[in-house]
Amino acid sequence: MLAFLVSAIRLGMVFLFGSTGEIITEKSGHLNLGTPGVMCVGASCGCFAEYLYLKQAGLYASPVLAIVIAVVATFIGGALMGLLFSFLTVTLRANQNVTGLALTTLGVGISDFMIAKAGTSFGRASKYFTASLPFAEDLGFIGELFFSHGIMIYLAIAIALISSFVLSKTRVGLNLRSVGENPATADAAGINVSLYRYLATCIGCGISGLGGLTFIMDYLNGNWEYCIDAFGWLSIALVIFTVWKPNLAILGSIVFGALYIASSYITGVGFADKELFKMLPYIVTIVVLIFTSIRNKKENQPPASLGLAYFREER
Amino acid sequence: MQSTKQKKALSFHIVKRDPLPWYKGLAIRAAAIVLALVVAGVIITLLTDKNPLAVYASMLDGAFGMDIRIWSLLQDIAILLCISLAVTPAFKMKFWNCGAEGQVLMGGLATVTVMMFLGDKLPLPLLLVIMIAASILASIIWAVLPAICKAYWNTNETLFTLMMNYVAIQLVSYFLKTFVKTGSGVLSPMPQFGLPVLFGHQYLLNIIIVAVLTVVVYIYLKYTKQGYEIAVVGESENTANYIGINVKKVVIRTLIVSGALCGIAGLLLVGGTNHTINTETAGGRGFTAIMVSWLAKFNPIFMVFTSFLIVFLQKGSQQVSTDFRLPQAISDIVTGIILFFIIGCEFFLNYKIVVSKNGKENA
Amino acid sequence: MANAAIELKNITKTFGNVVANRDVCLSVNHGEILSILGENGSGKTTLMNMISGIYFPDSGQIFIEGKEVVIRSPKDAFDHKIGMIHQHFKLVDVFSATENIILGLKGKEKFKIKEAAKKVEEISHKYGFDIDPMKKIHEMSVSEKQTVEIIKVLYRGADILILDEPTAVLTPQETQKLFAVLRRMRDDGKSIIIITHKLHEVLSLSDRVSVLRKGEYIGTVTTADTNESELTEMMVGKKISLNIHRSEPKNCEDRLCVENINCISREGVGLLNSVSFTAKSGEILGIAGIAGSGQRELLEAIAGLQHIDSGKIIYNNPKTGTHDNLRDKTPLQIRELGVRLSFVPEDRLGMGLVGNMGITDNMMLRSYRKGRSMFLERKGPHDLAEKIISELEVVTPGSETPVRRLSGGNVQKVLVGREIAAAPTVLMAAYPVRGLDINSSYTIYNLLNQQKERGVAVIFVGEDLDVLLELCDRILVIGSGCVTGIVDARTATKEEIGLLMTKGKGEEK
Repeated sequence: MLAFLVSAIRLGMVFLFGSTGEIITEKSGHLNLGTPGVMCVGASCGCFAEYLYLKQAGLYASPVLAIVIAVVATFIGGALMGLLFSFLTVTLRANQNVTGLALTTLGVGISDFMIAKAGTSFGRASKYFTASLPFAEDLGFIGELFFSHGIMIYLAIAIALISSFVLSKTRVGLNLRSVGENPATADAAGINVSLYRYLATCIGCGISGLGGLTFIMDYLNGNWEYCIDAFGWLSIALVIFTVWKPNLAILGSIVFGALYIASSYITGVGFADKELFKMLPYIVTIVVLIFTSIRNKKENQPPASLGLAYFREER
Repeated sequence: MQSTKQKKALSFHIVKRDPLPWYKGLAIRAAAIVLALVVAGVIITLLTDKNPLAVYASMLDGAFGMDIRIWSLLQDIAILLCISLAVTPAFKMKFWNCGAEGQVLMGGLATVTVMMFLGDKLPLPLLLVIMIAASILASIIWAVLPAICKAYWNTNETLFTLMMNYVAIQLVSYFLKTFVKTGSGVLSPMPQFGLPVLFGHQYLLNIIIVAVLTVVVYIYLKYTKQGYEIAVVGESENTANYIGINVKKVVIRTLIVSGALCGIAGLLLVGGTNHTINTETAGGRGFTAIMVSWLAKFNPIFMVFTSFLIVFLQKGSQQVSTDFRLPQAISDIVTGIILFFIIGCEFFLNYKIVVSKNGKENA
Repeated sequence: MANAAIELKNITKTFGNVVANRDVCLSVNHGEILSILGENGSGKTTLMNMISGIYFPDSGQIFIEGKEVVIRSPKDAFDHKIGMIHQHFKLVDVFSATENIILGLKGKEKFKIKEAAKKVEEISHKYGFDIDPMKKIHEMSVSEKQTVEIIKVLYRGADILILDEPTAVLTPQETQKLFAVLRRMRDDGKSIIIITHKLHEVLSLSDRVSVLRKGEYIGTVTTADTNESELTEMMVGKKISLNIHRSEPKNCEDRLCVENINCISREGVGLLNSVSFTAKSGEILGIAGIAGSGQRELLEAIAGLQHIDSGKIIYNNPKTGTHDNLRDKTPLQIRELGVRLSFVPEDRLGMGLVGNMGITDNMMLRSYRKGRSMFLERKGPHDLAEKIISELEVVTPGSETPVRRLSGGNVQKVLVGREIAAAPTVLMAAYPVRGLDINSSYTIYNLLNQQKERGVAVIFVGEDLDVLLELCDRILVIGSGCVTGIVDARTATKEEIGLLMTKGKGEEK
């Protein structure tokens, strides 16, 4: 049971990065269906940078530097994808859905390409990421549940909490929300709508990319086994359940993580039946999706202009 | 401070333009494609240090190099076009059906199930009828569930259909693990129960069926009352309600049409091409089809060209990756680049940049 | 002479082929209220949008305190202490008043909502507003929203205030209150520009008046030296008799009887409270009220687009003599009953027409179902389109041009033309002349009168009381979803109706 929860948290943080990034992006009015591609590119950029660094540094690699390099490379990789998305949707006013889907195609391609160059095994790098806090073992099961995780898990929670604070309690957050709700109003109030959309999307994509890195380096212990685009879609779905609140997403992501791995932890499940169990997160997503749409409350709505381009001189 | 502002004022701003004549629109699109090909060529050249002309030659070779390659090109165009036709009515209605992938898989799964369990028990003609019915029905179910929820509770169809893709993938993988006796999860092809082969060309029937469907969908959207209703609902639900169109009914009916076409795509893929199934049978075409349809402005005739373009690129860049020992993923990257260029060029069709200098305009 | 607070010289702006402003010049001094007068579509709002940074002029100069400035964005406008209160409020619905007011401010001090709220209250006291700083915008009345907009620009320290049609959405009483506030601001040294097309407001409030006509600058006069007829002449070019032809109603029969209908929104707010009235054939029934008092809901309830919680809508069919209840019927069922109900909705391109379709395809909206064939019949709609284009003088490149690209007046002609072509027995029109120039407006009035003379029961929702009083036979006044009175348009006065418009408010719980 404990191992199950620990795993659920580890996987959940992949979703948490993904959906925190998507929430920031959506708050600016951008529905980015490219998140799966962004997560792939983020992960592969991080892995590629790590591969280069470890090759360069050899045995003298510093764990701290290794982590910093991977995180920064991932963030930049994700942000560049965000930049591409923003350029098309803000500057060239392209349709967001189509751009997002094209971004996914491109992102999956780029990441496969880079991994083909860098190999699929990052076991050594992964050790830096999964190192737990030194005092975790002394605290029994509390230690294992809360303090045994790798650095990315704490980073995910920290980013979610910070995002939540910034969105609801600061001037920048207020401006960003207004851009997503009503860009014409924001514009009239002197807020640079395009700049906010660009920045929010780039930062959001950077954060989403970290989810990909977490998945490879932490959850899979450095083995690039399969593509992670499914996690991208689930992260987007998670945004809806958590009603665009990063702090709620912390809880939601752990639930998602638990659902995703449930099949491996329930005893007596046959070889083929496992495949049925793997449907669980998707089916639960669908059920919650239907349920929330039936309830349909005023305060749980998406940003009012989500998915819409803004052109000041439109008339 | 003042001077920088002054400078900014002189730079440029963007205005919406009147629709361009068709040849200008075509020219801009063609320019975008050429530019994208150049960029893609440059990238491949940078990665391989090969002569870019050799890269393009390799692309052409991959698409048209041999008879068998041309047939395979046409076949892939047919399948992609079929799925694009399927998503088009829904998109015209602004229903973002991102679930064609799963709908095609379900059609394929139904086909393969019929082949496996009834194949040796029924005469071929009857078997084919059941195959067709089963594949269409399975896909309709997959498409209509999100439509019902959308119609009655306005459930987000993009996410719903995306999730349905993964449910379909898991179902296929469950099927393979349960019924493939060897336990390998790989089902060996059963060509003896497939669709008939015309004039000795395996893909000819597929191509003919899709060609007919293209015309039918074109007529359906443009000249029938149902097609008109789809357009009205897509443009404005308010207007649809105002003139008494039952929006719920139209949404559900359209997704039945959409699902049925996906079912046919699944049937052609499994019954007419592979004679087996795996989780990659749809192979991302469900998403590519969205691009094809959107780039063609939902016009089935234009979709022939856009699907040709995309399949040509994929085939060509696959050949490039073999010839120059590059990872297969290069084809996704090239496709992605082209897509972005075409999406981006829409801007120049709808807007123009005006450079203003103290009131003088230079377009 | 001291520099003017703001001065415009030779401002020109075009949209495509349409000239919105040509060579406009005007100036405002400190402590002065300037009215900009002009018909709908004369380019007043475009002009003001250029001062506030929404649009950028094609040519011309703007001076503030005698210095030339370039205003490229709303931010530049704030920097020059210009604040605009738009006709369509630019507020974020899910934010509170204070959040909206401080939106976009840079401020060096720490971000604290509470302190901002305190400052908002101070400003309210100074000028005599009444507002709850923490109330959410979507819970506010129109007049409260406007107050938020005004405080927003004052909070930013604006010295030049531009108000775009501020009274269009207010009751006469609220208007008086607003004017009092504006006068207090003028005495405080602020420069105020008010855009309007209501003459009596110009005369009672402003110090000087600048007049625009079809994008051209006509001139500026001092209010004390002018009068209504001079201003009208400047505004419309030549003296037009404002008389709208009105014939005596003939052969009146009760066509549509609305009995005690109640509508409650999904959020539980009463939209219509026991509304009862009768629309008679051969008569124009006007509906007056402050915008958003339930006019739209009432028409949509009749048309089968709004759920009714209780009450009856009885249609007396002149052909069959039957009395049908239209309640809970869909628009399609209503038509299948043989009820010839035409409806010109307020939202022309969002509801009445499909903006991206041509006139022919828009004609088909009403008729495409005809016949058993599964294919569309385009000939009839095409002929109808051509007929409407020629008879109503619709200016369009052709019947296939998307109606979105036509001007407002032409769009409305297409819509009204189609609705009349269905040979209705009941014709409902919501704000049919909003945004139209005088010529197009009169075309619409004539069409409504023709229908009345043919024995159609016409229901006309309007906002201009003068027009309602001249055009209609009876006027139903609606306030907060209640019928507050039905008056005879031949004898009633504007003041009487204005009072009735505000009456419903007090009855709310």
